[in-house]
Amino acid sequence: MDLIWSKILTIRLNGEPYDIAGPVSISALLAALNLDPRIVAVEHNVVVVKRQRYDDTIVNDGDEVEIVRFVGGG
Amino acid sequence: MTSDPLVIAGRTFGSRLVVGTGKYPSNTVMADAHVASGTEMVTVAVRRVNLTDKSKESLIDYIDRDRIFILPNTAGCYTADDAIRTARLGREVGLSNWVKLEVIGDERTLFPDNIALLEATRVLVSEGFVVLPYTNDDPIVCRKLEEAGAAAVMPLGAPIGSGLGIQNPNNIRIIKDQARVPVIVDAGVGTASDAAIAMELGADGVLMNTAIALAEDPVAMATAMKLAVEAGRLAYRAGRIPKRMHASASSPVDGRIASATAAAGSRAGA
Repeated sequence: MDLIWSKILTIRLNGEPYDIAGPVSISALLAALNLDPRIVAVEHNVVVVKRQRYDDTIVNDGDEVEIVRFVGGG
Repeated sequence: MTSDPLVIAGRTFGSRLVVGTGKYPSNTVMADAHVASGTEMVTVAVRRVNLTDKSKESLIDYIDRDRIFILPNTAGCYTADDAIRTARLGREVGLSNWVKLEVIGDERTLFPDNIALLEATRVLVSEGFVVLPYTNDDPIVCRKLEEAGAAAVMPLGAPIGSGLGIQNPNNIRIIKDQARVPVIVDAGVGTASDAAIAMELGADGVLMNTAIALAEDPVAMATAMKLAVEAGRLAYRAGRIPKRMHASASSPVDGRIASATAAAGSRAGA
């Protein structure tokens, strides 16, 4: 296995430290979290990632990722 | 009466009642309340996914998206930056560019920070958002929001969730009188008469969450609110009589039977 793909990254996911093998795409991150990409939105280092960019947006060590969804509100 | 839809930024809504999705006893009750209310637009909040408990049902599954337009809010944001970020995320989840913009200035009152609200409105309008700002019942702020490009202004009737009813009816009337965009009274409604009063004052719509969601019977209250908004709107369009200090007989004064001694009095009765 290529060394770069076996590295364990520590990212900040929804404000908490989170370890994942990477570098990893947003698509792969959502899959690893078992989240349906159609009902969430993702922010990568404070920039919203368009859905069509999930495959080619790569998360690196130390990156900040926010994953949100709709909940009840007024 | 002819058809009287609510039009915001070119989009037509058959109902003038906008309803929230928070605080209901269950998603099923919420869905039933939405149907009973006749609403065609509901608000939702944007929050972090709970990564430890993903078992929770998706709210979206309980919203009839064929009939109901989803309006993401920026509730809980205390700075323009956070509200702008939240609006951008909401656009990505919902795939619409509409936002109910809230920038809160104080935790106890949940009153808006109007300076930050205005700033966030300008930024989001420049990014192509249809911005519906929640604001005070302040005609000057409403005018500035409109000038900043807001698609509607949403003055509060009373603090969020307070159920106090319309605290400053005259300001709502002034705001409506000057506005060239729809005026939606947002927050403070406690019961049906409050919604009717907002509409009678000339509001183009009413937005509420708690009054329905926390009623003992949310579905029945949703029906009451639907009727109240319709009644208030009809009364507004019908044109109410002026208020006057003294009575004005409804029955004719002429032709009464009366003794000669009583005829001098003018006691026609109702």
